[in-house]
Amino acid sequence: MASEEAYRREFQVKGGDFANAGAAACAIKELLKEFGLSPRTVRRAAVAAYEAEMNVIMYARKARIGLAVTPREVRLVVDDRGPGIADVELAMTEGYSTATAEMRELGFGAGMGLPNIKKNSDRFEIVSEPGRGTRLDILIRTNGHVTS
Amino acid sequence: MTLDELVSRLDLKVFTPGLPLDRPVRGGYASDLLSDVVGHARPDDLWLTMQVHPNIVAVAALKELAAVVLVNGRGPAPETLELAVREKVLLLGAGIGAFELAGRLYGLGLKGS
Repeated sequence: MASEEAYRREFQVKGGDFANAGAAACAIKELLKEFGLSPRTVRRAAVAAYEAEMNVIMYARKARIGLAVTPREVRLVVDDRGPGIADVELAMTEGYSTATAEMRELGFGAGMGLPNIKKNSDRFEIVSEPGRGTRLDILIRTNGHVTS
Repeated sequence: MTLDELVSRLDLKVFTPGLPLDRPVRGGYASDLLSDVVGHARPDDLWLTMQVHPNIVAVAALKELAAVVLVNGRGPAPETLELAVREKVLLLGAGIGAFELAGRLYGLGLKGS
């Protein structure tokens, strides 16, 4: 990738689809590895994508995950149709979760999903409209080393 | 320390057939909360857990963990095993609990983060 033109790809995630949970994040990880991004960048983007994907599976009806990659940055935009988040600040608090008892039994609902995204990104914005959906805009800067 | 050394020294069960066990292990993390593992485990760690459902495979693959060790004699759900083989994620088993296993691993020189 010599130019600044972004490589773009879109992934669809269905709410409640636990059988395929993590599939989009794994595909994104493999793509970023193929681009020759540093292992750290790949891991950060994969964690952010995974947590965003799991939130859709647990809470939303469906979502589009847009991936855009340039030599400088990886950007993930997750646009869901779902209940939205009433209090974004509270949802960002580590340990806070609205997961059901069934989800918690499976090990979800640690209240670390959004904090993990924040920790693994360089810019993270959430816009949520209760009753309609949530949009996450996640940016991860690369160290500029892209080999292909 | 490699996985096959740990398997023989701690008498661990190997659930995933055909995956190489010569992989080095750096340390370990014990938790049953997936996002806790996503947030805190490091690549090449062993992950000690009670969870046996397929979502553990995605977490292990994403975090590039050395292996998942199911504790207390638990075995993977059939769909977990199938997915693990496909994704080349090693699943091991221990007859003892997480606390006991972590202690023995620590005794062999493995550390947490």
